[in-house]
Amino acid sequence: MKDSLVLLARVPAHPDSRCWFLAWNPAGTLLASCGGDRRVRIWGTEGESWICKSVLSEGHQRTVRKVAWSPCGNYLASASFDATTCIWKKNQDDFECVTTLEGHENEVKSVAWAPSGNLLATCSRDKSVWVWEVDEEDEYECVSVLNSHTQDVKHVVWHPSQELLASASYDDTVKLYREEEDDWVCYATLEGHESTVWSLAFDPSGQRLASCSDDRTVRIWRQYLPDNEQGVACSGSDPSWKCICTLSGFHSRTIYDVAWCQLTGALATACGDDAIRVFEEDPSSDPQQPTFSLTAHLPQAHSQDVNCVAWNPKEQGLLASCSDDGEVAFWKYQRPEGI
Amino acid sequence: SIDAREIFDLIRSINDPEHPLTLEELNVVEQVRVQVSDPESTVAVAFTPTIPHCSMATLIGLSIKVKLLRSLPQRFKMDVHITPGTHASEHAVNKQLADKERVAAALE
Repeated sequence: MKDSLVLLARVPAHPDSRCWFLAWNPAGTLLASCGGDRRVRIWGTEGESWICKSVLSEGHQRTVRKVAWSPCGNYLASASFDATTCIWKKNQDDFECVTTLEGHENEVKSVAWAPSGNLLATCSRDKSVWVWEVDEEDEYECVSVLNSHTQDVKHVVWHPSQELLASASYDDTVKLYREEEDDWVCYATLEGHESTVWSLAFDPSGQRLASCSDDRTVRIWRQYLPDNEQGVACSGSDPSWKCICTLSGFHSRTIYDVAWCQLTGALATACGDDAIRVFEEDPSSDPQQPTFSLTAHLPQAHSQDVNCVAWNPKEQGLLASCSDDGEVAFWKYQRPEGI
Repeated sequence: SIDAREIFDLIRSINDPEHPLTLEELNVVEQVRVQVSDPESTVAVAFTPTIPHCSMATLIGLSIKVKLLRSLPQRFKMDVHITPGTHASEHAVNKQLADKERVAAALE
């Protein structure tokens, strides 16, 4: 199982600091990293090596916690403990901060772009999720402040094809939001985790959502529409979400991130036990009660906690990871034979 | 290799935020409540607030955590929690101390 994940390269991305998060651009040619050194770095290949192509400094006064590329690949958003979100515009290898989104009362924990490119979501320790609209002139306007969670909101992610937003929180729940008559509303709360939910990932079809938690489990949730064949109850016209699978007993510490490969459906996890794991759905499993098998387990993938794992959107099997040790690593994953 | 005595020596002289005494003098920390495994790189410290509604519990826990973070090799996983049954909000305090993102933001 060690051989299914092979190290390609390791770079000291945020020296003397921790690397918190990674994001591949839509073309899969660049990787953005961010960390406790208050910087964002952009990595690209030069022959066989990964080199730093740009450093975005002067954007934030404190730790940069997450970064996210716009669907067109021309913009990068960075969310910081300084309570702001910067929007950077890419011009070849240069990035210029074109706007700073303010409003959250304290640390911004996550930022995500909707697939349409017109909407952005942010979330914070102030317990709120904000939805922002961006127009053709690159003007950003906050269109909704959602106060559904009762604690610190750790992560936001958009559905791959619909304007549906999901958030994960220190209150142990996942919430789902959509627009209803010009306003954003929370239409579902997913309960089941026994501690903070750190991250989320939709599967390629958008029908399932994976969540990972301090409770050391990954849960898979499925959306059921009203009048579904399985007879899952829905209230009115709202879809209902059910937990259809729980992966427990695999991780020995907090799971900080989960990433669902949009090309192959493989699920990767980043864990506080310094390991990276990959799971794949068993081909014969029932879609309503799927089973996943562990296909890769790499202990000591890093020398400290792994904070993020990110699948390259274009190159199958290419996985990036980052850690509290400040390093970014690139891996080649190959599903082992006979599983 | 690192043992409980060594960990205890790091934290015994931390000053209590409210009294002119150390955590050891107040019995907030005791060597017997320190568990270490050097081969597994784990440290667990249970601390006992002076009273069950002590409002400084999170702060005390944080000062223990900071001392360990700054003194021990980076390979160590540290768990600082309230001695079970000794505080009214022990779950809430323990959860905050276990959240490395919250700790990092508080210390920055």
